[in-house]
Parts: sequence; C-alpha cells; structure tokens
Amino acid sequence: MTALGYGAEAKPRKGFFTDTSICIGCKACEVACKEWNHVPDDNSGFSGHSYDNTLQLDANTWRHVAFVEQRKPLGVDAAAESLVEAAHLNEIAEREGVETYQEDGGIRWLMASDVCKHCTHAACLDVCPTGALFRTEFETVVVQEDVCNGCGYCVTACPFGVLDQREDDGRVWKCTLCYDRLKDDMEPACAQACPTNSIQFGDLDELRERAEKRLEKFSAAGVEEARLYGADEEDGVGGFGAFFLLLDEPEVYGLPPDPVATTRHVGHVWTAALAAAAALGAALAGAVMGGRR
Amino acid sequence: MVPRAEPQSYYGQPVIKEPVWTWEIPLYFFTGGLAGASSGLAFLADLRGNKTLARNAWALGMAGLLASPPLLISDLGRPSRFLNMLRVFKVTSPMSVGSWLLNFEGMLSTVAAANAWTGALEGPAAIAKPAAAAFGLPVATYTAALIANTSIPVWHRARWTLPFLFASGAAVSAGAAAAAVTAPRQAAPARRLALMGAAGEVIVSQLMEQDLGELGKPYHEGAAGNLNRVSGALTVAGGFALASRLGSRRSGAAIGGALLLAGALAKRWSVFRAGFQSASDPAYTVEPQRQRIAEGRARGASRSAR
Repeated sequence: MTALGYGAEAKPRKGFFTDTSICIGCKACEVACKEWNHVPDDNSGFSGHSYDNTLQLDANTWRHVAFVEQRKPLGVDAAAESLVEAAHLNEIAEREGVETYQEDGGIRWLMASDVCKHCTHAACLDVCPTGALFRTEFETVVVQEDVCNGCGYCVTACPFGVLDQREDDGRVWKCTLCYDRLKDDMEPACAQACPTNSIQFGDLDELRERAEKRLEKFSAAGVEEARLYGADEEDGVGGFGAFFLLLDEPEVYGLPPDPVATTRHVGHVWTAALAAAAALGAALAGAVMGGRR
Repeated sequence: MVPRAEPQSYYGQPVIKEPVWTWEIPLYFFTGGLAGASSGLAFLADLRGNKTLARNAWALGMAGLLASPPLLISDLGRPSRFLNMLRVFKVTSPMSVGSWLLNFEGMLSTVAAANAWTGALEGPAAIAKPAAAAFGLPVATYTAALIANTSIPVWHRARWTLPFLFASGAAVSAGAAAAAVTAPRQAAPARRLALMGAAGEVIVSQLMEQDLGELGKPYHEGAAGNLNRVSGALTVAGGFALASRLGSRRSGAAIGGALLLAGALAKRWSVFRAGFQSASDPAYTVEPQRQRIAEGRARGASRSAR
C-alpha cells in the first residue's frame, strides 16, 4: 500500500492500532497531543460523565479518552496473559473479599482513546472545496492550515464527527497523525506517550497483522465481545488508517457501527440534482409557454 | 425505522457533528434558488415577447446572484480566503462545483440584466441569456446536493427528494417575486410558475417526510417543525391569494407573492434546522446503521475473531 500520485516519494501507509483493552485512561495521549501540536485549551469544566471531561473529538481535542462504566459480567480470565495473571487476580479477589472491576456484579470500566480514523475513502477530503484537506505520502489525511477557509463542509461530511471549526480562528482542525514527526521518522506524540502501548503506531499492514493475533488471543480466552473496528477494507470507508480493538459495540464508545463515506452516493446525489434541474426547466417552460402571455 | 429499543450511546453524545453554518446559509439557499429560476423565467418570457416580465425577472436574478456571494463569504471561518474556493474543481464536492457555477451565473446574469435594462452588450447578451437560463437550473438545485452529500441522516437519506424540494422552492420564489413586482396583466406566467412551485413544494415535502420515516422526525419537532408548519401555512395562503382574483390586482399579487416568498424561505430554514436536530441525536445516526447490519445489507465496520 503506497500513496497514489507521490511516485518515488510515496511511503508505506502509516496508522494507529488502538488496543482499548489495555488502555488505563491516563490521558497521556491527550496531553502529549496538545503539547506537541500546540492545540489550545478545551472545555475545562466537569461533565459528570465518569472521568471524561472532553467528551468528544473536536478542533481542540485530537485524542479523546472515553470512559464507559458498565455493570456487565465479564470473566476475570479476560485479563489475558499480558496483564497480571487472571488466576492471580481471582485469588486476590477471593482472599481480600474485593470485587475486581471485571468480576460479576462489579463495574466493568471500558477506556478507549479515540482519534481521527484517517479513512481510506475520506469524505472530508472528497468534499473539501479548497483542497486544504489532502492525502499525504503516508496515506494519512491532513488539513493544510494555510489553505483552509473554514467553509465547514468537512465537518458535516465526516461520519465520525471528528472535524470541527475552532472558534476565534475559523479554520477546521483535526489529528494530523503528527505529519511533521512522521517526516522525521518519529512516531506520533500520542503513541510515544502511551505507557501501556494501547496506542500502537506503525505500517498499517503490520499493525493489522498484530491486531489479528491480539484478537485471536481474546477469542481463545473466550472473550467474544472483543472485536476489531475499522481493520477491514470492505467497510463503508474502505478501512481506517487508525483502527481499534473494542470490547463492546462501537456505539457504546460513541462510534458509528456502520460508517459510510457520504461521497459513495455522490453519483445519486448529482443524478437527483440534475433531474430536479431538468424538472425545474420543464416547469418554467410549462408556465411561460403553456398559457396566455 | 428507528426501533423502540433504547439505543446504546456514549452519554447521549452525538456521533456526528452539527453543522457550523450560520444564518447566511439558509438565506443563500433562498436567494440562490430565486436567482437560478429567475434567469430561466426571464429568458423564456423574452422568447415569448413579454419584455416587461423578462426585464423584471432578469433584475431579480441578478439581485439574487449579487446577494449570494456576500452571504457565503460572511459564513466562512476565514472570509478573506474566499478565493481559495477557486483553487480546485472537484465533482465529489457540490460546494466546489457550486462555487464555480455561482461565479459563471453571476457574470452571465449581470450581462443579461444589463442588456435587458439598458440595451447595451447586445452581442454578449445573445450568448449570456440562454446560458444564464441553463446554468440557473443547477444553481437552484445544487444546494440540495450539497447538504445531501453529508453524513447528516435527515439530509443524506433524502438525497433523491431534496433537490426536487429545492427546485420547487426556486420556482415559487422566482414566480412569486416576479408576480409581486410586475403589472398583473404581464405577470400571468410568473403566477403560474409560483403556483406550480407551491404545489410541488407541498407534494415533495410530503413525499420526503414519508420516505424519511422516523428519520424525518426533526420536521415535526423543535425549530425545524415550527418553521415547517409556518412554511406550509404561508405557502397555501399565498398560493390561494395569487390564484384567486386578488392575484390579478397589483396589491393582491404583492401580498400573495410576499406570502409565498416567506413560505419558501421558511421551508429552506426548516430543512437547515432539521439537519442540526438530526445530527445532535445519536439515535438518528446509529439506528439506521444498526438496521442495515441487522438486515444483512451491510457488514458494519467491526468484526469478531475469524
């Protein structure tokens, strides 16, 4: 996979694999992103929704950690081998009489660091009337801040609600997958800051293989809720450059279950618009030519 | 459409973003439609030898096209960069296509109006007039394509009907405006156009709402619902006024025309607000997607172990 139109400059497609099963909700990714990219302050209020006070991706939040609290039974085995041994956890729970967050009757706490998906078929890029949004040599999707005139079309086109206009600035901002760092062979700030490797950066092909193996482990442990989100090319956006391993339905994390790039239907849209234009022409002809002057 | 079951969501947060567009945009939907259809009305009236109606319609077309760019520019986050709209031409972006269309239409209709009122530019006008009439048609409908080509369910799902709604609104606007400012004896074609458009608007609205099903709820709730009802009442009242004997009196035509214009404007505003209401509730986004997956029409973006 290499970017079209870049010839010898093309690089292997880069992306993120965000394995939410090992996210601890530390928000180091949010902070690192803000610091590196000079992203302004966002809502500093208290939302009351668990530990989440940013609530969504927007112009000033390019990594967003979601906190889902569920009363949902989940076997302790699900902790899988990379964490403390599941059996050991069980033992402690029994001895101390405490409920682990994964135990029956306890709270299951899902944490997930969301980010721009860098879609293969990016509607934001397709609808951008200035060409400010472009696909880089790493096949990521980036807004050129010196071109964007803040028309806001991409904001309504994105099926994930990622892009937004920055107040007092007027332009649209989103994750660049640290384009500047990529050019210097560095990994994006969020991935570097992640202490658990929940955010993994690399060549997309390799990340997909890694995710596949990870999913198999969950499957072997009997965790049927585990699923990859955006790892396949046959979904409605042609696959994500930044995909996820989730432990529940996407909508539980505020993600759409079947996102489709609106521009898939642009042929229908234009056909209808031209047919309506023709109908207007016919109505005009009927009105003017049809009766007395 | 949207099942009764409580849809899962993340603290009720929207999945998609509301538009960042402000009041200029629905107003532009109106002025653009008025301008686009007025050029066609003017050209055909010219052909029919109705010079009075033609001159008025050319002037209305030009007025609509002169009012539009300032509205669009003022809505931009960076108005000084409006010329960036003409850096590229992309058919996947109705806004890009529309920017070019609007530019051409603006020039063409200015030449046409100048000729109609002063007799100048005879040569260029011979080309500009039919071209303005032709390009005016997509100017009136591309705005529907623009909002249909988004992730907003109430717009995207209505992609087959919205352009016809906007075409109807354009016919109402052009007909009503011309009827309101033209002596009734010369304005019969304009009145017919307005009435055809009004009937179209009422019928297409119904079809669109039926087709949308549960997704069309915004048209019955909140600001979009209120505007929708107001629009319907104004359109029906204006239509009767213009169709009755009132319509053949100058004052009656002005009142009927004004009511229809207000109705057409309110309809665009209703469509505009419906988009915000549709985006703000995650159920409108998630439920149809869930349904696609449940019915096997889509696989969805997530996959368990193979």
